[in-house]
Amino acid sequence: MASETLLARITDYSSRPDPYPLYAELREAGPVVRQADGSYLVGTYHEIAALLHDPRMSVDPRTRGAEAQQLPFLRLDDPEHHRLRTLAMRPFGPPHTPHRVDGMREEIDRITRELLDSLGAGERIDLVDDFAYPLPVTVICRLLGVPREDEPLFRAWSDALVAAADVRPGSDTTETDKAGEQAKMEMGGYLVNLAEQRRGKPSDDMLSAFVNEPDPALRLSREELAETAILLLIAGHETTVNLITNGVLTLLRRPDQLDLLRRRPDLLPRAVEELLRFEPPVHMRERIPRADVDVAGTTLPEGASVVLVLASGNRDPKRFDEPDRFDPTRPDNQHFGFGSGIHLCYGGPLARIEAYSALGALLPRLGTARLVEDPPPYRQNAMLRGPRHLPLHL
Amino acid sequence: MPADLKEGRIVVVGASLAGLRAAEALREEGFTGSLTVVGDEPHAPYDRPPLSKQVLLGQATAETTELPMRRDPDAEWRLGVRATGLDLLGKRVLLEDGESLPYDRVLIATGTRARPWPHEDEAALDGVFTLRSREDGAGLAERLAERPERVLVIGGGFTGSEIASACRELGVQVTVTERGPAPLVGALGGTLSKLAAVMQRNNGVDLRTGVTVTALNGNGSFTGAELSDGSRVDADVCVAALGAIRNVEWLADSGLAAGPRGIACDAGCRAFNMYGIVTDDVFVAGDVSRFPHPLFGYQLLSLEHWGNAVEQAEVAAHNMVNPGPLQRPHLAVPVFWSTQFGLNIKSVGVPTYSDHVVIAQGSLEARRLAMVYGYKGRVTAAVTVDMAKSLDYYRHLIETAAAFPPPPGAADRAIAADVTIPSDVPDPSVLSHGPTVALTGHLPDRRLTVV
Amino acid sequence: MRTVVDLTRCQGYAQCVFLAPGVFELHGEEGLLYATAVPEDQEDRVRQAAAACPVQAILLGEEVSIGAR
Repeated sequence: MASETLLARITDYSSRPDPYPLYAELREAGPVVRQADGSYLVGTYHEIAALLHDPRMSVDPRTRGAEAQQLPFLRLDDPEHHRLRTLAMRPFGPPHTPHRVDGMREEIDRITRELLDSLGAGERIDLVDDFAYPLPVTVICRLLGVPREDEPLFRAWSDALVAAADVRPGSDTTETDKAGEQAKMEMGGYLVNLAEQRRGKPSDDMLSAFVNEPDPALRLSREELAETAILLLIAGHETTVNLITNGVLTLLRRPDQLDLLRRRPDLLPRAVEELLRFEPPVHMRERIPRADVDVAGTTLPEGASVVLVLASGNRDPKRFDEPDRFDPTRPDNQHFGFGSGIHLCYGGPLARIEAYSALGALLPRLGTARLVEDPPPYRQNAMLRGPRHLPLHL
Repeated sequence: MPADLKEGRIVVVGASLAGLRAAEALREEGFTGSLTVVGDEPHAPYDRPPLSKQVLLGQATAETTELPMRRDPDAEWRLGVRATGLDLLGKRVLLEDGESLPYDRVLIATGTRARPWPHEDEAALDGVFTLRSREDGAGLAERLAERPERVLVIGGGFTGSEIASACRELGVQVTVTERGPAPLVGALGGTLSKLAAVMQRNNGVDLRTGVTVTALNGNGSFTGAELSDGSRVDADVCVAALGAIRNVEWLADSGLAAGPRGIACDAGCRAFNMYGIVTDDVFVAGDVSRFPHPLFGYQLLSLEHWGNAVEQAEVAAHNMVNPGPLQRPHLAVPVFWSTQFGLNIKSVGVPTYSDHVVIAQGSLEARRLAMVYGYKGRVTAAVTVDMAKSLDYYRHLIETAAAFPPPPGAADRAIAADVTIPSDVPDPSVLSHGPTVALTGHLPDRRLTVV
Repeated sequence: MRTVVDLTRCQGYAQCVFLAPGVFELHGEEGLLYATAVPEDQEDRVRQAAAACPVQAILLGEEVSIGAR
C-alpha cells in the first residue's frame, strides 16, 4: 500500500515545495494511517484536535523508552510541563508580565524599518537572509538578552539541534543525534553563562529575570534554565522566519489577495491567521500514547510514534470550506498554526506581532515586486518547513 | 402562514442574549420578513456575567456591558415594554401598553429574574440587593466602591460566591450564609464544594454553612441579619443570591406548558402546550426553556447557562425558518464557567446527574484538577479547576457515553484516579439558592402552578 | 465599540492578554476578565486579539442602538 510509505514521501526533500497533495492523499487514506515502520500518521482536523487535547498523548520521548536526563517543557507532560512552562512564562507573559510583548511593538517596528531601509529599491534581494531571518533573530536576542553579534555561534548550534529534532523515517540518525547532543551542551553552557553574568545586575531581559527571581520556589535550576533558554532562542528564530517568508511568497503568488490587503490593511491580523492555517511554519508534531488510545476506530498502541500532520488538518475540507484557497476574510479560522491544547506555541503572540510589523511594512513595497524563482529553494527540514531563500526583485 | 418560511412576521419576546442571537441568526438563515424584538428592560441587549465580576471590581461599568452584534438583525426593537400575554389562536403577543403584535411564528426568550428576599419590607431596606439586572450591578458596584464595613451574601451558589470573591478582592469584609453544607455543593457535589469552602475561608470570607437567615434588620437602612443558629451578623450591605425565577407568569393563560421550571419544549425548541402537544409556531430558547436531552435520560433539562442561550437561540432560529425535515435538534452538551477567588472553574455535562466522581488529573492540594462525574458506569460530566484545556477531552467522553471511571494513561493522573467516591449531590431543596442546572423529569404536560 | 468573550469556549490561552493587555486580563492562571467597552485607541489591538484567539471566542462589534427600527 502506497499509504504505508506516506511519511517517507512527505519527508522526502522533493516534496518540500508542495506537500499538500500528499496531505490530501493522507486524509483520503483515513483519519489514522499506519506506516510500514510501525508509526502512525494523523492528517484530519477533528482527530488531530482530539489528540492534541487528549491527556493520554505524551510529548515525552521517555514514554517510548528513550533515555533523557533533562528536557525542555515542549517535551514534558503535565505536571512537570505545567510547572516549567508557568515558570518560563513569568517574565514573558500573563498573568505576571502581561505588557512585555505588547511593549515590544515599537522596537520591533524600528528593527523592521532599519532592515527595510538597508534594502534599497529596485534591487534583487533574498527576503530570507536580508529580512525574514534577521528580524526575529534580533528580536529574540533583545528579549532574552543574547548579544546579536553571537548569531553565527548559536546559528550553528541551532541548525544541529533542529536537524536532530526533524522527522526522518528510515534514515540513520546516529550522527545527527550526536551532533544535536553536542550542540545542546555547548549552547546550554553559553546561555547559562550569559545569564550568570546578570545575576545581581539585572537588565530588562528574560535571562536576567530568570536568574534574579527572588523566590527560590519560582527559580529555574541550572539545567532547567539551560533547556528553557535553548528552546526559546531556537523557537524564537527558526519559525517566525517561515511565517514571514511564506507570507510574502503566498501574497506574491496571489496578486488579487495582495491587492486586497494593500487596500484594507485592517485585514492584516486575519490575514496572518489565514497564513498560519494555509502555510504554517510548523507542519507536524509527534505524540506518544501513554496507553492504548482509540481514535476513529483505530487503536494507537502505547509507546507508538504518532505524527500529527497539523498542516494537513489545516487543509481538511471537513473543517474548512475551500481549504486550498487563501482567504484573509475567512470566518471561524480555528487553525493549528500554533498547535492547540497545553502545548500551544509559547511564543505565538511575539511571532504574530513580528508578522504584523514585517508584512505591514512590506505591503506597500510588494505591489511591484516579482519572484525570481517559483518555487524557491526550501530548507531541508520537513517539520519546520519554509523557503531557505526567497529571491525577489523589489 | 406564508408558504415560504423565510418570509412573514416573527416576534421575539425577550431582548437579552438569547433574543439578540436568535434575531441575528434568523437573518443569517435568510429570513427576510418583519422581525420585532420585545424586551421589558429599557436597554439594548446587554451581557450579564460581567455584572458579578468586572463591574463589581470597577474594571467595567454596568452601563457599558451591551452585547456586540454579530450582524445588524434589522429588527424593530420594542424595549421597555412588557409582554403580558400570548394568544395562541389569534397568533398575537399582547403588550402591557395595550398593543398586540401579530405573528406567524414567535420565539419566547424571556429568561429569568433574581429571586428576591421573600419578606417584602425587609427586601425594601436600603442596602439590600439582588444581582441580575444592569441596575442591580450598578447599584451594588457603587456600594462596594464606598467600602462598606461588611457585606452579607445570602446563598453560596455561583452568583453568591462570585460576589464574595469580588468583595474580598476589594478588601471588603464579607459573610456568606448557605443552608447547605458548603458553597457550590448543589452544582458540583461534595468533594469540590469542600475545595470551594477552603478557598472562601483562605481568602478571608466569613463562611457560615448549615444556617439560614431568618430576618434582615434595619430601620430604613439595612444594619444586619439574624441567623437560624441564633447568631447575628452586623453588615451594611446585603445581597440575596437565592437563585432565579423564570419569567413565565405572562403565559399563565396561554395554554402553553409553562411553570416555575420553565416552558417545556422539544429538542427542536418547539413549545409544548399544556396537553403535551407540540406547537409548530411557538419556539423557546434560553434560561426560560426546559428541553429533553438524550445524554441525560431524555429528562427535561433546565439550564441557566450563557452558552446554552446562544446555542439554543441559533437552533430555534434555524428551525423557525426551515421545514421539518431540515430542522435541527438542540443537543449541545451543557458548559458553564465561574471565576472566583483566582480560580477558573469550568463544567461540561451535568454534574448533578451522577452517582460517583473521581479526580482524573491534578489534585485538590494543587488547586488544579479535573474531576469526572459518572452515573451508572458512564461519564456524564467533568469539572476542571484551572485545567480548561482538558475540558474538550472530557466533553468527548460524555458525548460518546464512555465508561466511568475514564480510561487510564492521562498525564498528571491523580494517585487516586481509580478510586471513585460518591458524588454527594444534595437535593436542591436543602440549599439557600436555586440550582443553575436542573433535571426536571419527563413530563412536558405536567403544568406546574405558576406562583 | 463593545466586546464580549464566549467564556464557554475560552480555554485560557491568554493570547488576547498578550496582544491587548489594556483590555484583557488574566485573573489567576486562566480566568479571563475584560473591559466590555473598548477604548478607541485599543480597537486595533482588540481586532488582533479577536483574530488570534485560538478558540475564536472574542466578538467585537457595535451594540444595538436604542430607537433603531
